[in-house]
Amino acid sequence: MDTPFGERKSDAQRIAFKSVDEYPEAPISLGTTLINFTGDWRTFIPVVDDEKCVKCYICWKFCPEPAIFIREDGYIGIDYDYCKGCGICANECPTKAITMVKEEK
Amino acid sequence: MDYKPIKKVISGNYAAAYAAKHARVEVVAAYPITPQTSIIEKISEFIANGEVENLQYVPVESEHSAMAACIGASATGARAFTATSAQGLALMHEMLHWASGARLPIVMVDVNRAMAPPWSVWDDQTDSLAQRDTGWMQFYAENNQEVYDGVLMAFKVAETVNLPAMIVESAFILSHTYDVVEMIPQELVDEFLPPRKPLYTLTDFDNPIAVGALGTPADYYEFRYKIEKAMEEAREVIHKVGREFGEKFGRDYSQMIELYRTEDAEFVFMGLGSLMGTVKQAVDVLRSEGYKVGAAKVRWFRPFPKEELYELAKHVEGIAVLDRNFSFGQEGILFNEAKGALYNTDAKPIMKNYIVGLGGRDFTVSDVRKIAENMKKIIESRKLDREIEWYHLKR
Ligand code: SF4
Ligand code: SF4
Repeated sequence: MDTPFGERKSDAQRIAFKSVDEYPEAPISLGTTLINFTGDWRTFIPVVDDEKCVKCYICWKFCPEPAIFIREDGYIGIDYDYCKGCGICANECPTKAITMVKEEK
Repeated sequence: MDYKPIKKVISGNYAAAYAAKHARVEVVAAYPITPQTSIIEKISEFIANGEVENLQYVPVESEHSAMAACIGASATGARAFTATSAQGLALMHEMLHWASGARLPIVMVDVNRAMAPPWSVWDDQTDSLAQRDTGWMQFYAENNQEVYDGVLMAFKVAETVNLPAMIVESAFILSHTYDVVEMIPQELVDEFLPPRKPLYTLTDFDNPIAVGALGTPADYYEFRYKIEKAMEEAREVIHKVGREFGEKFGRDYSQMIELYRTEDAEFVFMGLGSLMGTVKQAVDVLRSEGYKVGAAKVRWFRPFPKEELYELAKHVEGIAVLDRNFSFGQEGILFNEAKGALYNTDAKPIMKNYIVGLGGRDFTVSDVRKIAENMKKIIESRKLDREIEWYHLKR
């Protein structure tokens, strides 16, 4: 599956170095965070009500992951593989279009 | 060595500022603190007068931010420089680890100043030596010339091994005392110190990277090992760069420990920085009086010159380690290092630690003579009266 940002989640690979010589000299980007499915952490899940959404994209700006993307119809979508359920989007939304609901797993 | 040096009578701090200018530093971020301030004042003056082309000065609200700004600048590939002293250096401490961990060759001048309280602005090496384990290289300058030369060499060594380096000079004894310094014409400095080739850069937008990534227990260990490898490599690089400096400019720094009249010496005085100038003078006097003594000036404290120390220790009966610093609960810091470095070797000179000059207490040629008399007695009787002596203590 592709991420809403165009990268393929299946391409994400955990890098494991076998010997010290394989490591880069300095601790710089050892790989991609695409492999971190932070959606696992979630207790509450954000649910969007498109009827209330005014497409201001404040939630998109504030999401720390970022897990919020803009759909083709202009409304927002949430990539639940990475949404960690922090609730920042719901807190910031000026029209209360996002509600945090306890997630049943 | 055919060149005409630019001779100027300047303070140790101005020597540092001119060296930074000649090294063509691109970013300076610093916060004023006595006795360091005139370094960055001079650099600001260079900028205000239009004497430097490509130099950004970042005024910051603390030393912690100064080092943070240098780290950011250095991570873009720029040549970054700063200066500080005592409490300011202590405030930077967290960021010092960051600079070495991210493998950034920042060069900093620390003007040794006593840690408070009691408040003091005078010379004492505990501020810089307390940064021993931060992964910074440390070079101790004996005089203003060595401050100038040290900064230039430090950039070259640091940028070769990708570790930061600290050039240490004494409060007031060097920082504010004027002396002749032979500076090197810009085009020759440029030849000696070409533009930096960074290990990585944040401004390579086609290959974006994150710096200082998370290192889980599966990866952290290897990065620490790489820092130590770079420190080990630095020993070789220091020898090489010091020799090149000597060949090009007439002052050889190939040795990490400068030996002064140590051939045939019965015992030697060992120490760091400006106090070794006094010691060398005392050695001349003592030699004329029949003492077989010499001086061993430790130029680089990190990486520690353990092989050179061993070579020296094999041939002398005693070493008087003069520490203008102290590690509470143990002993002088150089003494501690030197003793430790020799433990697993067959060199077993008698070693005694003299705590001298803390907080700028005057340390003179006659003090060195008194220490020589004491050392002579110890060596003749082969009996250490005490291991650590608080030499100046009013009793
Ligand atoms: S903040 Fe609320 S209204 Fe604005 S785009 Fe997000 S969901 Fe829609
Ligand atoms: S709950 Fe947090 S992580 Fe999930 S979409 Fe909202 S802001 Fe992003």
